[in-house]
Amino acid sequence: MKKILVVITITALLAMALPMSGCGEKVVLNIFNWGEYIDESLLDLFEERTGISINYKTYDTNETMLAKLEAGGSSYDVVFPSDYAVSEMIRKDLLLPLDFDNIPNFKYVDERFKNLEYDPENKYSVPYFWGTIGILYNKNMVDDPADTWEILWNPEYAGQILMKKDVRDAMGAALKRLGYSMNSRNDEELQQAQQALMEQRKLVAGYYGDEIKDLIANGDAAIGLTYSGDFMELYWDEEADFSHIDFVVPREGTNMWFDTMVIPKSCRYKKEAEMFINFMLDPDVAYQNAVTIGYPSPVTEALEMIREEDPEVFELDAFWPDDEIISISDVYVDLGDYKSIYNQLWTEVLVD
Amino acid sequence: MKRMRILAYPYSVWMAIFIVVPLILVFLYSFTEGDIRNLAQLKFSTRSYERVSEPIYLKVIVNSFILATLSTLFCLALGYPVAMIVARANPKVRSMLLMFLIVPMWMNFLLRTYAWMSILSPNGFLNRLLEFFGLPRLEIMPGKTAVLLGMIYNFLPFMILPIYTVLSKIDKQYLEAASDLGANKTRTFFKIILPLSIPGVVSGITMVFLPAVSTFVISGLLGGGKTPLIGDLIEQQFMWEGNWHFGSSLSIILMVMILISMAIMSRIDRDGKQDENGHAKA
Repeated sequence: MKKILVVITITALLAMALPMSGCGEKVVLNIFNWGEYIDESLLDLFEERTGISINYKTYDTNETMLAKLEAGGSSYDVVFPSDYAVSEMIRKDLLLPLDFDNIPNFKYVDERFKNLEYDPENKYSVPYFWGTIGILYNKNMVDDPADTWEILWNPEYAGQILMKKDVRDAMGAALKRLGYSMNSRNDEELQQAQQALMEQRKLVAGYYGDEIKDLIANGDAAIGLTYSGDFMELYWDEEADFSHIDFVVPREGTNMWFDTMVIPKSCRYKKEAEMFINFMLDPDVAYQNAVTIGYPSPVTEALEMIREEDPEVFELDAFWPDDEIISISDVYVDLGDYKSIYNQLWTEVLVD
Repeated sequence: MKRMRILAYPYSVWMAIFIVVPLILVFLYSFTEGDIRNLAQLKFSTRSYERVSEPIYLKVIVNSFILATLSTLFCLALGYPVAMIVARANPKVRSMLLMFLIVPMWMNFLLRTYAWMSILSPNGFLNRLLEFFGLPRLEIMPGKTAVLLGMIYNFLPFMILPIYTVLSKIDKQYLEAASDLGANKTRTFFKIILPLSIPGVVSGITMVFLPAVSTFVISGLLGGGKTPLIGDLIEQQFMWEGNWHFGSSLSIILMVMILISMAIMSRIDRDGKQDENGHAKA
């Protein structure tokens, strides 16, 4: 009995001591970003310029990031959610409003990327990159036109198709192919989309995340659904020749996404976090970051620098899709109660 | 001696914080509904268990058990002879063979699985090698075969090492006695070596089956996510769907099944030991 008491006492003491250990003097920013989504030398530059240390961690989907934030117990100062995740975080009261006096570089951001639907008054978020999802394919292995969602359902490529293991992108592709919105909340439409994904399963070689780019580049599969930036990375690769790989945005329209920088409620150093956001919007920094990562920057000056240096990238679907396609594309919105319905339908597809 | 007990307190505290409390939480979440961050508001519910019993999820559980059983059997079939070879080798060769077994385990398991991806993938190392020799290509990744191969590769050392340990401790005098009494090699193996090695086999099976049945990642990377195992399903619930209640009931079901299989294995182990004593007395 005595032993148990000792254990309980020590446990309680430790539990009390743990949260207190965070009260140190030195400012360390906890930054939580997507994997392979920043030029890491910029982190050193920020530390050099400001003397603020950075603790950099990564995640691979909005869902994993949200799960971690919602579970609590962690403290992050800057996070990079996409559009619909921003709305969800606003709805769940997980974000702090930004003080734009500390982010003067916000003036460099193109007006097109301000006050978007996911954050209508632009109180909580600053755009980081934008892009699309589309079809990455090997020109030597695909003869049919790939600029349509149908290619992902074409039986001729059975066993050659890689599907994205992401509930929004997979359901979105199926919905858009049927002519519905990628944000559909119509049970009948969602059933049809699930049915389509279950039929597609027979043709799909595998469901992957970031691996899709490497598998296609290696010739392991012919067609895959992936982010536009994955192609730009291959395009800008200086060591290997990937001219046989191409990326197209389906003509039926696709998902146009925005990744943003936000400050979650668990933040400990708000002012320093705003300094970091401001730093990332600096035109030179934004330029260097955009060239490394491969997405078009929302910072106008940075984009112009790319246009001077590399005008041909503006011809690429992956970097600069046609306005026409953009106009029929959907930005994901927070699904609210329908999130769990999407999730369950998708789990059933994977498990089937 | 009594004072030394104090040294065990840190471990007890560690267990309390990181094993007992999480277990209680998992159990609590599995039987409730509601906001996971607000423990006071949780309501009793068996809905997640009802969902587990839906055919599609039962299929995942059955699949995991079949794959885990298969990989355990393959590990046993491959591992036992290797353990015998290692145990019989002369000391110099033996330590080198052991090194070969252990060195790959220094590398992270995830990295090794990625390495297998580039070996088995359709245009990977293995197929290029086969093509070079004019042999037909193997279409195994992504697929169940690749998952099974990945599991066997990752867990094989856990089968070999315990069996090797037991085999190397068998008293040579038993074997000499057997041959003095006219037993041939086959008979010696089945009457002496095999029965004496049962404890090693049992712990080998346990050490392979447990991680195999609860594994995730391998099926995602080598199977292309098309044969999700119960471990993948649990990861999906916690990391993607944020449905901790369903994830917790899956975990509880998995734990119960593991406990049952461990009970069966320890029963076999005990019977084996009694048998062994019986032999010794006779």
